[in-house]
Amino acid sequence: MYQPIIEDSPGVDYNTPAHKRHQSLRFLKDYLTRWGVAVGGLGVIAAILLIFIYLLYEVAPLFKSAEIEKNSVWTQTITQEQLPLYQSMEEQAELAFSITADGALTFSSTKTGEQKYRYSLPLPAGSSVTTITSDPSDGNLLAAGLSNGQVIIFKHAYRITWPDDKRLITPKVTYPYGEEAIDLIGDNQPVSRLGISDSEDQLLLSGFGDKRLYMTAFTKEEDFLTEEVTLAEENVTLPEVDGRIRDVLIAPDQHWLYVQSGSDSLTLIDIRNINQPHIISETDLTTSSAKVTTMTFLLGGASLLIGDNTGIVSQWFMVRDENNQWSLQKVREFELAGEPITQIVPEHRRKGFLAADDKGNVGIFYTTANRTLLTEKLSDGPIEQLVISPRSNYMLVSSNGSTEFWNVDNEHPEVSLSALWGEVWYEGYEKPEYIWQSSASNNDFEPKLSLTPLAFGTLKAAFYAMLLATPLAIAGAIYTAYFMAPAMRRKVKPVIELMEALPTVILGFLAGLWLAPLIENSLAGIFALLMIVPIGILLFAFTWDSLPSRIRHAIPDGWQAALLIPVVLISGAIAMSLNGTIEATFFNGDLRTWLTSEMGIPYDQRNALVVGLAMGFAVIPTIFSIAEDAIFSVPKHLSYGSLALGATPWQTLMRVVLLTASPGIFSAVMIGMGRAVGETMIVLMATGNTPIMDANIFEGMRTLAANIAVEMPESEVGSSHYRILFLAALVLFLFTFVVNTAAEMVRHRLRKKYSSL
Amino acid sequence: MSKKISNWYNTGSPWVWLNAGAVAISVILVIGLLGLIAIRGLGHFWPGQILVADYAPPGQERRLVAGEISDTETVSANRLEAAGLTVPEGTETLTRDLLKVGNRDVSGSDFAWVIDLWLENRRYPENIVALERREWGNFYGYLNSIKQDGNIVVEGEAAWPEFQKRLDRALSIYDEIYAIEKHEIGSVNSKLERLRLEQRGLELNGTATPQKLADIEAQRKVFQAEYKVMEAKLGDLYVAFNRDSLVATTVEGTEIEQSFGKIVRAYKPNAMSLTQKILFYLDKVGEFITDDPREANTEGGVFPAIFGTVMMVILMSIIVTPFGVIAAVYLREYANQGWLTRAIRVAVNNLAGVPSIVYGVFGLGFFIYFAGSQIDQVFFQEALPAPTFGTPGLLWASITLALLTLPVVIVATEEGLSRIPSSVREGSLALGATKAETLWKVVLPMASPAMMTGLILAVARAAGEVAPLMLVGVVKLAPSLPLDGNYPFLHLDQKFMHLGFHIYDVGFQSPNVEAARPLVYATALLLVVVIAVLNLSAVAIRNHLREKYKSLEA
Repeated sequence: MYQPIIEDSPGVDYNTPAHKRHQSLRFLKDYLTRWGVAVGGLGVIAAILLIFIYLLYEVAPLFKSAEIEKNSVWTQTITQEQLPLYQSMEEQAELAFSITADGALTFSSTKTGEQKYRYSLPLPAGSSVTTITSDPSDGNLLAAGLSNGQVIIFKHAYRITWPDDKRLITPKVTYPYGEEAIDLIGDNQPVSRLGISDSEDQLLLSGFGDKRLYMTAFTKEEDFLTEEVTLAEENVTLPEVDGRIRDVLIAPDQHWLYVQSGSDSLTLIDIRNINQPHIISETDLTTSSAKVTTMTFLLGGASLLIGDNTGIVSQWFMVRDENNQWSLQKVREFELAGEPITQIVPEHRRKGFLAADDKGNVGIFYTTANRTLLTEKLSDGPIEQLVISPRSNYMLVSSNGSTEFWNVDNEHPEVSLSALWGEVWYEGYEKPEYIWQSSASNNDFEPKLSLTPLAFGTLKAAFYAMLLATPLAIAGAIYTAYFMAPAMRRKVKPVIELMEALPTVILGFLAGLWLAPLIENSLAGIFALLMIVPIGILLFAFTWDSLPSRIRHAIPDGWQAALLIPVVLISGAIAMSLNGTIEATFFNGDLRTWLTSEMGIPYDQRNALVVGLAMGFAVIPTIFSIAEDAIFSVPKHLSYGSLALGATPWQTLMRVVLLTASPGIFSAVMIGMGRAVGETMIVLMATGNTPIMDANIFEGMRTLAANIAVEMPESEVGSSHYRILFLAALVLFLFTFVVNTAAEMVRHRLRKKYSSL
Repeated sequence: MSKKISNWYNTGSPWVWLNAGAVAISVILVIGLLGLIAIRGLGHFWPGQILVADYAPPGQERRLVAGEISDTETVSANRLEAAGLTVPEGTETLTRDLLKVGNRDVSGSDFAWVIDLWLENRRYPENIVALERREWGNFYGYLNSIKQDGNIVVEGEAAWPEFQKRLDRALSIYDEIYAIEKHEIGSVNSKLERLRLEQRGLELNGTATPQKLADIEAQRKVFQAEYKVMEAKLGDLYVAFNRDSLVATTVEGTEIEQSFGKIVRAYKPNAMSLTQKILFYLDKVGEFITDDPREANTEGGVFPAIFGTVMMVILMSIIVTPFGVIAAVYLREYANQGWLTRAIRVAVNNLAGVPSIVYGVFGLGFFIYFAGSQIDQVFFQEALPAPTFGTPGLLWASITLALLTLPVVIVATEEGLSRIPSSVREGSLALGATKAETLWKVVLPMASPAMMTGLILAVARAAGEVAPLMLVGVVKLAPSLPLDGNYPFLHLDQKFMHLGFHIYDVGFQSPNVEAARPLVYATALLLVVVIAVLNLSAVAIRNHLREKYKSLEA
């Protein structure tokens, strides 16, 4: 027989080396497991945190200011006459191009100033270059105004070759309209300022010498066989402009001529009909006594940038009012450093610009986002030339005879809080608006990156979904948890919870392809449902409760829902079958056309009603399940107490049970809301995905989530658009996370309260 | 009466009934939705009768129409009038039928709406033939004759049996062609591509000795020779394949000639007995589950989508299970149960509520553009600039979904762990077991059903999720399966097809939505069945688990 031996165990020696080894192995394993689990567990949690951190990491560069860094400096001893009239850089920012008064075109290294190539303009004898201007739609097409009143038009282009695997850029100067100088201003007067605009079929030149403004239009005629372009000249008689003319610009659409005269006056001349140019308006460009110092087009030529002697740069563009009248409007202004602006340089690919003043300050600005990205004092003297490279990654700053070559880091100027969430006045719009339009086909497009319409669409979809889901789910939860017979509850609950697992892509597909046409065809029936089904239920309920108790008691209490299933089906069928009659009686046969023509309510087939129904369906189980749990777990003795005191079951429910469970129900609604906000596939498939700001139930919307799904695959990695989509994801993440956390905390407190009851 | 009503109102009974109504509506919605999908999805495969009738709308010429009635709806007379039809006086609504008329190559569209009222002289001729084709959709009409190499072989009554014989031959040749094109040529191509990469790799390393290059060239010669042989064989097969053709007329009388090579299936639905119809039905269901899609995914099967979904879910499970369980064990068994742990628990819980598209964005940015391109730089330099892992693919999709479902597994496992009474753990520890041994031999086995529940819920969620996958790896048509006979067999970098995305794509991006719709219903049904089964089994396991530990808790 076995006998426990406590003091002395002869058979088992716990101190053998083998046993000790075994023991230490066990403890080692224990130790390793502890560390392994801790590292693994924390690692997983860190991985989850990584989502948040990574989203932030992608979004952060959007709000960074511009940075500049000096690359190199070179000095040239040049006289005032040798100062370049015009400078630019080619795509790679390797070569700087400059033109001087003697007609020399030099291409020199941007880093060292070393001259690489040199050409000369074919100037007529005895003349020199007095002014240079570039075409607003093609920056490489230049017009040189000469001292004899003539103009030479030329173009500079670059060819890249790779001899010995090293990049070699060769410039080329061409004369698209011949090397011969064109007459613009009579009397051999020098051209002071010049405007040019070149389009498919017309070339416009405008300039002035001492006083009078001249303009010449050239109609282009292309030879079919040789494809050679010949110009047919036509002098345009412009109306008189008051004051001393200081600058002239021709809009690239060749609709408007902007003439700046006097200290701050801008005359707008309509040149749409080239035979009858007429003055539209005269505008004071500055409010106070400030004087305009410089004027240029922003990329695309729709906006004017006006710099004055108080350091303000203002943006103006043409706005059409309700009466189809055009007028020049000031849109926004930027401030550099309070000193007279000497130069404004638009960026080549974006709606940004640089400005310099005569105390050596340089600023980088972005118009749409109303953003000042950088202001810095780069020189003690006035800035003579400021050039930005086409890719906006380098700039050349000339001042006091030395030229500095700067690296510019300005990746995402188009984003600011006001551009993302505020109303922005975009070019060509009548007033500031919220618009999301991230891409277009042309290059000088102004990206409209307001997240407001998307956020609005998200909330709109969520709102209509909650409108359906909240009453249905909560009422259902109340009945299931409080009144329903347990046997039925065990069957009903899993059925409704099964809805939660239904892939939303299926709901979206049904919403888009089955429900949307159904609703479109029987809109009146759908609204009739809202009336007839509750009435049907109440009628049946009253009849049933008035029946003799013998029949009533055949069905045990708590099975009402089962009785109502045929009632709902029949009343639903009646409502739908009434569709035709209702439409014919009240809405001239078709509710949809009636809405559009009589009420002026636009109707889209895939609209918020469809989304509300489909997404409401997806949200019902979430709310139902949590709310049902909350009501069911209210301690029973509370309701028993109330019932014992003579309250009806409904009174008990309303005044005791629901009151106790209300935080739980609230958190259920919050979590349901979180789900509706983030849902992607249903909105993607059941709406037209147009980013409009309209609460109309018969129009669609575009939500943040659907927008990401649509645009993310086409977005260029690292671009502003890409990062804004990340921002949209971050907004969704934070919103749902905060809402869910709040709901969770409410539920936690509720649980504590129950356990104390 | 009014007293009675107000009494009734005061009992609160109407409110109770309205609440009951909400439950009834919810239940009807769920059952109705599932029923709708089931009926439409299952009905798609049934061979419908082909109706031939005279269609005589008032004021228009009388013409013959033929086709299957695929939908019927009631429309208001006003709308029809607006569409330019002359509606008889006094009618408010009319019934119209959507007729699947087929013959897209002749008439331009597969479907036509006809007003039921104006269909006259309806008949179901037994000799009308339906041809399922590889292009241009179905053909409905009468078989005239069979041609071989352009010469008529059989005509009239005898054509049908002869046709079936020859169709079987053509189909067996098709199988051969398919095997060569898909598998053998695919395998040679993959070998050639590997050689190219090997050579490029050698050149990049600077170890491309003439000897090695010659070796590669020799191997390439062998493969190219193999390819030539197959090409020749394919050429012969194609000649044989296209030998026969048939001449048929549509009901309107247009004659067409149809090569046998383009026919998938032919049947005379009006002459079929019930048994034949059932057999036909099963055959179609079989085709749906096991075949590749045809005609821009609007016909044929969804096998690659099923395969892709399953593959992705399996990979996801392999990734999510260990990590989810470790995190749960850490949170429940090892971490100090302080506020930090509670906060983490709440955070993990809430991650389940974060929109799935956010995970997709993270997956695209972090896994694909960041991690993927790093991997490419280091390991797949020879393939650059074509990205290997720096592009959406199976691996990234699985990892993204694993991250998405991680909270589900963690929460379920934690719940299982918390249900294990501490007396069990204490017992084990009291007997001298270390904590690790207790965990391995006592706690984890007891919690295993909970882990299963979590995993099944995770799988159900992953199988139905589409939004993040659109960013990280699904495509509408993948050229090959992610698992095949070519080295390295499991292609983690490949894009794949997915049932959920298939629904979205075919239903919304397809050029012929009307024709594709029944197939989308069938696909949806398949997905619903898979997910319902997974969920119900999770519920069953959970209930079983609760029963099991009830005794321990007491």
